[in-house]
Amino acid sequence: MTAIGSYFKIGPARLFVHLAVLLIVIIWLIPTLGIFVSALRDKDQIVVSGWWTAFVGSTQTAAVRLGTPDQQKQEGASYVISGNVLEGQTGREVKAFGNRVQQPAAFKAGETADLGDGETLQINSDGSYRYVKNAAFSPDQRPRRIYASVSAPPEFTMQNYNTVLTGEGIGQSFINSLTVTIPATIIPILIAAFAAYALSWMEFPGRGLLIALVVGLIVVPLQMSLIPLLRLYNEIGNMLGEPSKTYPGIWLAHTAFGMPLAIYLLRAYIAGLPKEIIESARVDGASDFEIFVRIVLPLSFPALASFAIFQFLWVWNDLLVAMVFLGTDKDHIVLTGSLNALLGSRGGNWEILTASAFVTIIVPLLVFFGLQRYLVRGLLAGSVKGG
Amino acid sequence: MLSQIVSALGVVVAAVIACSAYFYFSNKILDLALPVKDGDIRAASRNLNRRALIRPWLFIGPALFLLIVYLVYPVVATFILSFYDRAGLQFVGLANYKWALGDREFRQSIFNNILWLAVVPAACTFFGLVIAVMTDRIWWGNIAKSIVFMPMAISFVGASVIWKFIYEYRGGNDVQIGLLNAIVQTFGGTPEVWISIPFWNNFFLMIILIWIQTGFAMVILSAALRGIPEETIEAAVIDGANGWQIFWRIMVPQVWGSIAVVWTTITILVLKVFDIVLTMTNGQWQTMVLANLMFDWMFRGGGDSGRSAVIAIIIMLAVTPIMVWNVRRANRELKGH
Repeated sequence: MTAIGSYFKIGPARLFVHLAVLLIVIIWLIPTLGIFVSALRDKDQIVVSGWWTAFVGSTQTAAVRLGTPDQQKQEGASYVISGNVLEGQTGREVKAFGNRVQQPAAFKAGETADLGDGETLQINSDGSYRYVKNAAFSPDQRPRRIYASVSAPPEFTMQNYNTVLTGEGIGQSFINSLTVTIPATIIPILIAAFAAYALSWMEFPGRGLLIALVVGLIVVPLQMSLIPLLRLYNEIGNMLGEPSKTYPGIWLAHTAFGMPLAIYLLRAYIAGLPKEIIESARVDGASDFEIFVRIVLPLSFPALASFAIFQFLWVWNDLLVAMVFLGTDKDHIVLTGSLNALLGSRGGNWEILTASAFVTIIVPLLVFFGLQRYLVRGLLAGSVKGG
Repeated sequence: MLSQIVSALGVVVAAVIACSAYFYFSNKILDLALPVKDGDIRAASRNLNRRALIRPWLFIGPALFLLIVYLVYPVVATFILSFYDRAGLQFVGLANYKWALGDREFRQSIFNNILWLAVVPAACTFFGLVIAVMTDRIWWGNIAKSIVFMPMAISFVGASVIWKFIYEYRGGNDVQIGLLNAIVQTFGGTPEVWISIPFWNNFFLMIILIWIQTGFAMVILSAALRGIPEETIEAAVIDGANGWQIFWRIMVPQVWGSIAVVWTTITILVLKVFDIVLTMTNGQWQTMVLANLMFDWMFRGGGDSGRSAVIAIIIMLAVTPIMVWNVRRANRELKGH
């Protein structure tokens, strides 16, 4: 078989795979791209054109008034009113103009249009115009209205971010989300690691049963826990004379809901550590506590990291637990809650929604792209979060 | 504003110190309470045995406490509450279950959940498998995988906003700024309000979850495909199998276990789908699902714990077979050790 022959044999098939994957990537990327681009657009632009036109600039037809007769200057036999229709607008260009609303782009920029009555009008692409009449403009004539197609370059602005971070409470929600997420990510790790160690390397009656319990609890729907816990929280709140919806309450809830998966993932890893290390440490007289702190914890770093990422994404992106256990007042509402509320109150204001959505997803995306390797490792080590 | 973050960080530090202190001192106290001295051999060995009995429970204690209070007790309590009235005071027997069977909204939710269960896990697994096979064959496959995997990091609420923007409809003669309607218009169709067309709107909501979860399926299945020995594929090629046959007859059977894991994981996720429906339609236009109905009844008319408990129990029952299967699988693995 010649080289060319073999090339043709795999060529089309190869090409097809490349194209198919490219298409998939585009389909997967486009939705998010729409949000990123729209969030950077002017709010008036968002509603008049699709976000996919943002890069090529836009052309709008605008009605403009020419100067008033008192600005006319005599040039030989004719009278001229001159000026600029793009006064004070930078970066824009006149593409065409017209004097009738039915044909707003009858003449190309730079052409001289005959408007009848001995009047001519020339508008250049930079917006400067000469409106010429073979006699004086009568002083009571109103400024003439003409139509111009004005092209604007692509414009991007940070204005929407300003609006949502200061005016829409997204800034405060961002802080609230961090307040919920940091403790709820870190606290479970230590508690789960101790339990995982005991379930891997300590002999005691009921161990197998406990492992089965943990595995079973991974998939218990959160819905089962909501009602009794809400009642419990209310009772404890009444007893202490405190509100029932507090940050400590949600930290504990997230810690507990993350526990089954945490123990499962860490146990799978810790049980796989070499037996010789643990046993030789025991022979040297190290206690379980010392073995755990000095040997097991440092060695299990990859597993701890992958669970931490899971838990972080889970808590940051959670809406249900936050709605039930933390409530939706200004000092407690998390980002997902804010976004959900905005969908109700600002349903049509895409400049607000897109910018808020971006603020909501930027942190998990950074975590994801920075620590993808650990996330994949965690996924492969076991099943995925119940909740 | 910032004081919140500082206090959160303070809590983290305090909690870590408290945890460490608990483990450290509880172990110390155990060692002091049951001393092992050189003199009395019998007492020493007895104390050693007792220590070995107690110490594991010191390690497991906090985790076990949390699991019992937040997961085990609520399952039992929810089950009991489902036999009581709206305030949880009056025993009403099976009245709540009877109500559920007769309630139109409940039946609608069951129907929709079944629809979700039929479509989403299958679609995610299929796309995940196809993308995994294709991306393994090209040099920029890893970049492509990253992009397909990316939505996993996005919250369901964020994803809902993203897709709501795609489904956006503009009335009158306005320019369509939603991508879907713009495409429909380009090909000469008429723009629609997609998320309010009964029955079909469920599928538009499912697309969001498929978009999020396909990456997960792809990652798991991709690892499974890499585990297939090269020889089997080579042998099939030598025997004259084409790409299609290799995929269906060699690859798919060999990753069957991973397909089952992906399928069940996504099934559980689908049973609890809540955020997407809440943010997109809030159950309007016949898109209600069980988790949203349950949430609704928790607060509707001051809350009805009996009815919402029944709905939670139904979700739990649907999950139970998977739970049993999972526990059995874990036990088999343990015995294999």
